[in-house]
Amino acid sequence: MSIPARVPVCVPCLMVLGAVLAAVVASFAYLELPLGELLAPGAWGGMAAFLAGFFPPDHEAAFLGKVGWAALETLAISVIGTLLAVAGGAVLALAAAGRAGLIARIATRFVLNGLRSVPELVWATLMVLAAGLGPFAGVLALALHTAGVLGRLFAEALENAPPAPESSLREAGAGPVAAFLYGTLPLVSAQWIAYGLYRWEMNIRMAAILGFVGAGGLGSMLYYELSLFHEAQACTVIIAMLLLSALVDGISAWIRADRPPRRL
Amino acid sequence: MSHPRDPAARSRLGWTLAALVLLWPALVMTDFRPLLLLDPRNLEPMGHFLGAFWPPASSPDFLSLLATATLETLAMATAGIALAWLLAVPMALVLTRALSIGRLAGRRSAWWAAALRGVVRGVLLVLRGVPELVWALVFVRVFGLGPAAGVLALGVTYGGMLGKVYSEILESADQRPVRALLEAGSGRLPALAYGLVPSCAQELVSYTVYRWECAIRASVVMGFVGAGGLGQLMDQSMKMLNGSEAATILATFLLLVLGADQLSARLRSALS
Amino acid sequence: MSGVAVRLQGVSAVHANGFAALKGIDLSVRRGERVAVIGPSGAGKTTLLRVLGLSLAPASGHCEVLGQQPWQVGARALRRLRSGIGHLHQAPPIPPRQRVVHAVLAGRLGQWSPWRGLASLLLPVDTAGAARELARLELEDRLFERCDRLSGGQLQRVALARVLYQRPELLLADEPVSAMDPALAELTVSLLADEARARDIALVASLHAVDLALRHFDRVVGVRDGGLAFDLPVAEVGSVELDALYAATSGRQREAARQIATARATPSAWTAQPLACR
Repeated sequence: MSIPARVPVCVPCLMVLGAVLAAVVASFAYLELPLGELLAPGAWGGMAAFLAGFFPPDHEAAFLGKVGWAALETLAISVIGTLLAVAGGAVLALAAAGRAGLIARIATRFVLNGLRSVPELVWATLMVLAAGLGPFAGVLALALHTAGVLGRLFAEALENAPPAPESSLREAGAGPVAAFLYGTLPLVSAQWIAYGLYRWEMNIRMAAILGFVGAGGLGSMLYYELSLFHEAQACTVIIAMLLLSALVDGISAWIRADRPPRRL
Repeated sequence: MSHPRDPAARSRLGWTLAALVLLWPALVMTDFRPLLLLDPRNLEPMGHFLGAFWPPASSPDFLSLLATATLETLAMATAGIALAWLLAVPMALVLTRALSIGRLAGRRSAWWAAALRGVVRGVLLVLRGVPELVWALVFVRVFGLGPAAGVLALGVTYGGMLGKVYSEILESADQRPVRALLEAGSGRLPALAYGLVPSCAQELVSYTVYRWECAIRASVVMGFVGAGGLGQLMDQSMKMLNGSEAATILATFLLLVLGADQLSARLRSALS
Repeated sequence: MSGVAVRLQGVSAVHANGFAALKGIDLSVRRGERVAVIGPSGAGKTTLLRVLGLSLAPASGHCEVLGQQPWQVGARALRRLRSGIGHLHQAPPIPPRQRVVHAVLAGRLGQWSPWRGLASLLLPVDTAGAARELARLELEDRLFERCDRLSGGQLQRVALARVLYQRPELLLADEPVSAMDPALAELTVSLLADEARARDIALVASLHAVDLALRHFDRVVGVRDGGLAFDLPVAEVGSVELDALYAATSGRQREAARQIATARATPSAWTAQPLACR
């Protein structure tokens, strides 16, 4: 191998690098971030004092009880929201997989994309309008977004399932519902359940946050305590969120360790 | 012939009953009353709000406001990722054991190095364990409403994620080139630049671009707690029950996310 | 019902890709009669069985199955007619995660009300019936096993048990034994033949193994190039007919065999394919 006399300069690389740098500088400039204030020693002192206010967390028994109750409410929101989403997603998936005709297929795909593209928090603000403040709005928000996600995944599973088991039952005179239940559902059920559990895991974390816009659970509590500048109480709620999230991580890692890896 | 009993029947019945027993309090707790949706007190403002979706707002004043907010969202995501990168790189380097000179001789790491790695790992865990929205809520209390809180929240959360993933990518790369460089007396940073980065640059950049895409979604959502950008505009429109403005913002948001999706997918496929 | 189970007159069939698989077939099968369909690959055996199984409507000709003209009756009557036709496939069309009991009971879904089918998923309704059919195949101890825990041969026996449990008026089998070991093939064909004899129903089976056809059937129909080469009682089938049937395959047949090979090369594993990352 000969050594080139001059190392060629990668012009596109430099241009990309320049563009990225320019974008970053422009972003900071556009936002007019108070960088001076941020970098001033005094600002950090104020920040440190503010953060110090979070410690020690409030560990009074009565308050812990309230936090525990809110954590349970968060769990309940995630469970009911995910179950509704599984039911809705399954129905939509049947249509999206083309079982109700071509027009229904196209229309359902459009609906699924819409449900999925709007984030849970935006759904939550809408649902707070539709159902009032409280955990029920959170349930609906989770259900709507997750139904979009699951509907698409369920439909993909349906389309990838081999058709012979169901078609052979139809040829033996079985009705469409029975043929689906005996022929295709057993082919996709394991995958559907895996997708449902995986989204549930994500929804537990999300349910803790939805409360910021008034949809109940730990989030509502955190929002409330922070707006009253109760930092110690807020810290307890944040710790509860971390614990809940760690618990979910641990349980799902434990379940996954027992089973062959699933593809998601 | 006798009827063979289904051995699974009993346990199924048990699980079903248990699920029902657990589901009932969950329904009560979440205030599950679907009829609430049909309550005229909720139905009327909602119908009014949704009815105003068409036509979407398109007055020049509002559109310029919208453009500003969109730019702000994009800038927040970009600045936030830049900040996250600045946070993540040093921590990832500390965590990457491949760059440890002490391990070359086959000795175990010094106690202080192990402790430092433990601390950094813990910091990263807390940074990414607290959702960006919570960080945003906290920072809004410090810096007031506006994009600064959003940028910081993104920087902190995504710094934690980038730091962890960067160190994992660096650890999973082929360690022989960097080992050879270190053994030849090279310093840590040149060893990184010549021994590790070439083999995992593509993966590192690809993950960063992916996070930038996520940051755009996140920065919209963070606006709802007052961190500026499209989200804040949408929050205001919704609080004022202005359906036509909400419709335009929602459409803009969807276009933005779709565009970022496409751009990030194209960039990443160009890299691989 | 008359003594005729199947009557085809001048039936032609065309596949979706335009390939004319059957050309003017005349065939009639009486109740209680056992007919073996033999012929080289791509001759049209499978298409013939699909026409008889009402999963392919003929392009032209007169078709009568179990006393009715299936393509002239309404949807309900067609379903009722289909529930009287049992079709044994070469590859068992059974989901791997289904339990054996459900796989067998599914044979009668066409005769049950939808509610009964639904209820049976929760609590199997006729375990005794399913066990009885499995016992004929020495598989009754696997009643509550999941199908993916069975060997390939056991799964084929489950599929056979399902067709027997259906108690059809017309029994069809499309190369039922070509993927079986000789012992299981013998058991399967003799069970099908016994069932047809005992219940006085018609049996039409396509076979590659000529010796099985000659031993267990009344009549042998030779199919070649989409038409009938011969249709004779077993006693009259001799080496002359068989040699002519399997003589050097024509270009058309090679084309048909190639098409079938490509169609079968598409993935047919019943395991659900892994999905791409979301």
